[in-house]
Amino acid sequence: MSNAAHTIQSAPVQRVRRRSKFERWVSNETMWRGVVAIIGFLLLWELGSRFDELTGYRLPFIGLVPAPSKVAAAWVTVLPKPGYWWSWYESFKRVLSGFLAAMLLGIPFGLALAVNRYFRDIFFPPFEILRPIPPLAWVPASLIFWPTNEMSIAFVTFLGAFYTIVINVLGGARSIDVRYLRAAQSMGASQWDLFSKIILPGTLPSIFTGAAVGMGITWEVVLAAEMISGGGTQGGGGLGFFIWNSYMGGSLPQIVVGMISIGIAGYLSSSAIRMLGEYFMPWRRLF
Amino acid sequence: MQQPIAAAPPPVDFAAGKSRVEIRNVTKAYGEEWERQTVIEDLSVTIEPGQLTVIVGPSGCGKSTLVNLIAGFDFPDSGEILLDGRKVTGPARDRMVVFQETALMPWQTTYENVVFGPKLRGDLKGKELHDEAIRLLAKVGLSEFIHKYPLQLSGGMQRRAELARALINNPRIMIMDEPFRGLDAMSRGLMQEFFLRLFEENRRTNLFVTSEIDEAIFLADRLVVLSNRPASMRKLIEIQLPRPRHYTMLSSPEAYAYKRDAMAILHQEAMKSFRSPSSGGKAFKVSGGGGH
Repeated sequence: MSNAAHTIQSAPVQRVRRRSKFERWVSNETMWRGVVAIIGFLLLWELGSRFDELTGYRLPFIGLVPAPSKVAAAWVTVLPKPGYWWSWYESFKRVLSGFLAAMLLGIPFGLALAVNRYFRDIFFPPFEILRPIPPLAWVPASLIFWPTNEMSIAFVTFLGAFYTIVINVLGGARSIDVRYLRAAQSMGASQWDLFSKIILPGTLPSIFTGAAVGMGITWEVVLAAEMISGGGTQGGGGLGFFIWNSYMGGSLPQIVVGMISIGIAGYLSSSAIRMLGEYFMPWRRLF
Repeated sequence: MQQPIAAAPPPVDFAAGKSRVEIRNVTKAYGEEWERQTVIEDLSVTIEPGQLTVIVGPSGCGKSTLVNLIAGFDFPDSGEILLDGRKVTGPARDRMVVFQETALMPWQTTYENVVFGPKLRGDLKGKELHDEAIRLLAKVGLSEFIHKYPLQLSGGMQRRAELARALINNPRIMIMDEPFRGLDAMSRGLMQEFFLRLFEENRRTNLFVTSEIDEAIFLADRLVVLSNRPASMRKLIEIQLPRPRHYTMLSSPEAYAYKRDAMAILHQEAMKSFRSPSSGGKAFKVSGGGGH
């Protein structure tokens, strides 16, 4: 064995060494431009909000925003506190539960609308009437008809993602090229084959588009719901409440910490969806 | 590549693809009553066994509709289509269509696309299926691309993959619906030659639809010239060019005569579409049904 391995190694084939992911990342110009842009943005912000310390003249708007250095300091004080991480946990829990429920119900519902005319004739009109109602308009009603605050937040969150996912799945499934279906039929596909082997994979891109958009809406809705429901004994906590609480306490830097935390949380969520998308749709990560 | 295609045992014997399709007095119209458009009118053509029948007609004359009817994706309003004497009642693996552009499933690799049909039906399995797929992919020159996705292939490669996907089902008749449309002139010429070599190896009954007269003459045993919409048969030309064919034959006097013959009809028919009233014009003639 070792002999064979040796012959392969000593073969006179010169191959260009494939650079590691890290090497490519470090030598990526786009990445470095991004880094410089972010640093430049932070510097401008810092200068803008400290302008009065330097010149005695306070700039409008930006002069009232806490400088990045102060925000960073506030963040450092907040980082070791379990309450901060609890807010992350609470918000993530709500986003995930609402989002997953929307996926679990929305994907089959959208597919059923797409493949069955009778189902579509019956369920699409009421769906279209309910769809334009913004999720937040449901807050008072759901506070009344759900037993706990937590459940009403989950419900409103679910609505936020549900409509988007259904519409995307429906549109995606309906726009599958009829030639794929015909080719499969010629080759002897049953109705179930058509569904599982053509319609389902053909709809995957739309499912992920719907998921990405839906995830964004879910975060918006969760944050708003957390602020509205306030810090009662139940249904409190979460990053929305963290911001609201900081506002009530008059801690400006902490408000910004909360805002940036939400930005990071949203980014993490959409990255996760993107990675799942790449995993499930290998044909889309070409070249 | 030297091995003729008939050397390997075909998975299902369909008399080696020597089947006949009879199109008898077929009429097909689309649209609601008040704007009904007849696309095919009283068309009768026989696609002879072991022959390459090319259908050529002005664009929009109903060629694709005819393909859909033969494949069983749609049904004639009157008349009938018979495959070896049996009426066509729906799509089946005995009539494989190679579509315009490409209809490879983008979410499957070339290999997965090729084994799709036999795998669905389960009539070819395991090593047997694998070997047949590899053989066909080698035959169409895609051995190195079996694990690529269709979007990673060039236009010509996609068409060849699609040929392999159709051939593995060992159809009685191959239906080619303007398969090389959208390819650049060079790839198109190469694909035509490649396709002819495949055909000449085992002479499976073939229907080839095109709007390119040179392509039609180069490929055909029998050339069916259709009229402008509604499509009916204008002329049947037997192309007597010897096989195997070579592209230089296209500049022979015989080929030129065929071309002039067909072009005269096609030109006449194409001109009709400029003269005939548009569908909008027809809609105005209908009286009643509420005014605007």
